Amino acid sequence: MEATPTTSASSTAPAADEVLRPVWEQPSGIVSFLTSVDHKRIGVRYLVTATAFFLIAGVEALAMRTQLAVPRADVLTPEAFNEFFSMHGVTMIFLFVTPMLSGFGNYFVPLMVGARDMAFPRLNALSYWVFLASGLFIYSSFTVGQPPTAGWFNYTPLSSDEFSGAGIDFYNLGLIFLAISTTVGAVNFIVTIFKMRAPGMSMNRVPLFCWGVLVQAFAIIFALPALTAANLLLELQRTFDFHFFDPAAGGDPVLWQHLFWIFGHPDVYIIFLPAIGIVSSIVPVFSRRALVGHTWVIFATVAIGLLGFGVWVHHMFAVGLPQVTIAFFAGVSLAITIPSGIQIFAWLATMLRGRPVLKTPMLFIVGFIAVFVVGGVTGVMFAAIPFDQQITDSYFVVAHFHYVLMGGAVFPIFAAIYYWLPKISGKLLDERLGKTSFWLIFIGFNVTFFPMHISGLLGMPRRVYTYDGDLGWDSYNLLSTIGAFVLALGVLAIVANVIWSIYRGRPAGPDPWEANTLEWATPSPTPAYNFGVIPRVSSPDPNWDTADREADRRLAAEGELLLADEHQAIAASEVEGEPVRVMHMPEPSIWPLAVAVALSILFVGMITQVYLIAVLGALAALGAIAGWHRPHEELQNQ
Amino acid sequence: MGMRPVPPRRFASALIVAPAASLLLPAVAGADSPSTLEPKSNAAREIADLWWFMLIVATVVFAIVIALVFLAILRRRGRLGDRIAGRLGGNWLLAVGGVGVPIVILAVVFALTMATLPATAPSTQAEGGGVEIEVTARQWFWDVAYPEQEVVTANEIHVPVGEPVTVTVASTDVIHSFWVPQLNRKIDAIPGRENELSFTADEPGTYRGLCAEFCGLQHANMGFLVIAEAPDDFAAWIDDQQQPAAAPATAPQRRGEEVFMSKGCASCHTIAGTPADGNVGPDLTHLATRQTIAAATLENDRGELGGWVLDPQHIKAGAKMPGTDLSGPELQALLDYLQRLR
Repeated sequence: MEATPTTSASSTAPAADEVLRPVWEQPSGIVSFLTSVDHKRIGVRYLVTATAFFLIAGVEALAMRTQLAVPRADVLTPEAFNEFFSMHGVTMIFLFVTPMLSGFGNYFVPLMVGARDMAFPRLNALSYWVFLASGLFIYSSFTVGQPPTAGWFNYTPLSSDEFSGAGIDFYNLGLIFLAISTTVGAVNFIVTIFKMRAPGMSMNRVPLFCWGVLVQAFAIIFALPALTAANLLLELQRTFDFHFFDPAAGGDPVLWQHLFWIFGHPDVYIIFLPAIGIVSSIVPVFSRRALVGHTWVIFATVAIGLLGFGVWVHHMFAVGLPQVTIAFFAGVSLAITIPSGIQIFAWLATMLRGRPVLKTPMLFIVGFIAVFVVGGVTGVMFAAIPFDQQITDSYFVVAHFHYVLMGGAVFPIFAAIYYWLPKISGKLLDERLGKTSFWLIFIGFNVTFFPMHISGLLGMPRRVYTYDGDLGWDSYNLLSTIGAFVLALGVLAIVANVIWSIYRGRPAGPDPWEANTLEWATPSPTPAYNFGVIPRVSSPDPNWDTADREADRRLAAEGELLLADEHQAIAASEVEGEPVRVMHMPEPSIWPLAVAVALSILFVGMITQVYLIAVLGALAALGAIAGWHRPHEELQNQ
Repeated sequence: MGMRPVPPRRFASALIVAPAASLLLPAVAGADSPSTLEPKSNAAREIADLWWFMLIVATVVFAIVIALVFLAILRRRGRLGDRIAGRLGGNWLLAVGGVGVPIVILAVVFALTMATLPATAPSTQAEGGGVEIEVTARQWFWDVAYPEQEVVTANEIHVPVGEPVTVTVASTDVIHSFWVPQLNRKIDAIPGRENELSFTADEPGTYRGLCAEFCGLQHANMGFLVIAEAPDDFAAWIDDQQQPAAAPATAPQRRGEEVFMSKGCASCHTIAGTPADGNVGPDLTHLATRQTIAAATLENDRGELGGWVLDPQHIKAGAKMPGTDLSGPELQALLDYLQRLR
């Protein structure tokens, strides 16, 4: 966002702005676009790209709902239906929800911890370019008529070369490619949150959104290798005749399921943790009160991250594993309810103690609580082993996880759009259209997904492209389809609102919600250098500490402590958040893009099985990484 | 800028109406619905009871949370609700609502789960009287065998009412899942493994079974029927199935058998007592006794059977059965023969 701020904010006096703006701001233009390492521009790119994938996956969902509106409909061929449900899942999970939350993380984690950038700005740029490239890689499967058709869970043997086409190679290689982006992004968040915090921001004062991102990042680092390993093994089997999952040669298809769900269930929390971090950020602001049980919520966040690794087998209760095994995983699956419950009651207690104001962001949060509790109580049911075995792979599951993931993560994302976009664009969204969008989404969502509980209980399996009219499922399916279109209308209302606000919205000012965290201590939109003076923090709600912010303003006006010698930032101690030293942050660089392009060549070589191209791509990537690491000229002279 | 709340009452009523509207819909299914809520065996009934119990607990938990939300957003300053809300909103609410109450609920759910397991697990006692059935899931139909009785059929499983039945489930291609919602939980059919499932049907009836694990293009059209009947009827059925296929009795039937043997059908299908011994498609020895064809996709009548033989790819794209270019008389003769297979 290159627009000039319309209002000057507390920590940015004109004096500071004059000094820092020339140091940090990049001219607009193609070179700057390709080389920028500004976490805010990268964050916006993440948000825009992820939204595009969200809309594509939404269209896929509408096509499926149209096919399922009436029994034995002929809208989609079975093949198209299977492609759509596979890509709907892959897109929503891998290309929308995690990158979307990453977009908010990129933009707001540095601002919330009072930093001038992410810890590794160039790695951040690489993370985005690889996300974009791998998303395009996976979607290019449509252009060759071979999208994945074995679902987002990609079970073998169905996904082996005997039963599925090249779409599975796009899935395997595309997700290995994307994992590079997700992993380096996670490392970046961890280091940023541990090392880049403003003076005085000890870990117990770190905003809860950042806590969510931190625990998520650790979960990614431990969970994602299982998925990457699974994809690697399957791709070796498909391309080079290995036999890891082939029972005829002593392999075992259940191995895939373990590897997939060792990643797959923590992934639910990878999605969920930053989203509830958003909730914990918005609830206090619109309740006009600090969060009740702040420390409890931090411990609950960490507990969810840990327990999330002990529940994966509840996706496999119908596989026929020993009862002792499934009883253990059922127990952990029940236990993980407790930290989630603590969070819900912390939000409720805050709302009860405070004075809730139902602006659009808070409306989405209240809707989230209602929807998420439904998803939570049905989630507990899946720990009841025989009920799980009865109802798994039915539409009840589809209902449950849309309540958890759409309710638990996408409602907070919608809330975050209304809450944070004014900071990004500097413009307020329209409240009336915002409330309309909420009601369309809330009603559309429930009309779509609630009946699926019932169709599932009536025995309707998942992933069927059609069904017979005499099984009692038709009215619920018709209802779901109607709801899906209402929901889509609500999403369009948000898109319209966002576009309208960018061109016509009223100026937001630095702090339209009178919020408690540091992003609101900067002008809207935030200038390239973020903070004129790195703010001093003395509580979990620093923007409510008026004396501290007054002190920042004074320093900025006097031109003190600006750290304006090139890209300077403060490194802090991990626990206490006390400043350790001043760091020089990197300038814009073309190398992240170069590495991403080289990696794309490598993966194109792999998918086309022209291994010469793959080798060239790998060499180019090594070359680009070498270029990246060439020491800065001035540093060489020192 | 000022903070102006939404008229809270309107908000509240709509928050309730949306989910309730879908709840109030008649949860009544057709007579043929494979509903988990109309259990026809002890195992399925115990699961349904577990569901109803959990639904009640879930509804109470949901209601309490929503009541607290309403209290938070609807109260007026200075009124009684406001004072209650102020008292409720503290750390103790987290301890009671987030930890204490959940631990009790979760312990009860865990105990009930453990208590329900024996009824739904495969029966371990090898007592006499039980029926053993081997089901092999394939893309996209079910081979069914009664090893003791030496009966082989497909897509239709007959069981005696009141007698324990143990089904051994396997797969020869991809992963499927064997599911008869009214009789018991589901169990996966995994290549290289054998899984077991037991049930005892309470009363005579035709119960729909489904493949519950996505297994490729025609996952949607991979149903089967479980026909529970009185033990005498079951014994008669077994007797019947043990016979070789009925020999053609009329000239058109004989002509139909020739068509079957010469036009490639025999290389994929088995008809006991004839040279047809293929095993790519389902066994057809007693095809005419079955209620459905193409894995519970079509009624087993002459019209559907003819349409299926001519152009199965139109009905079930991707199935292994190719279309045929039989002449009208050839088709009629073949149908005569197939309908003779009782």
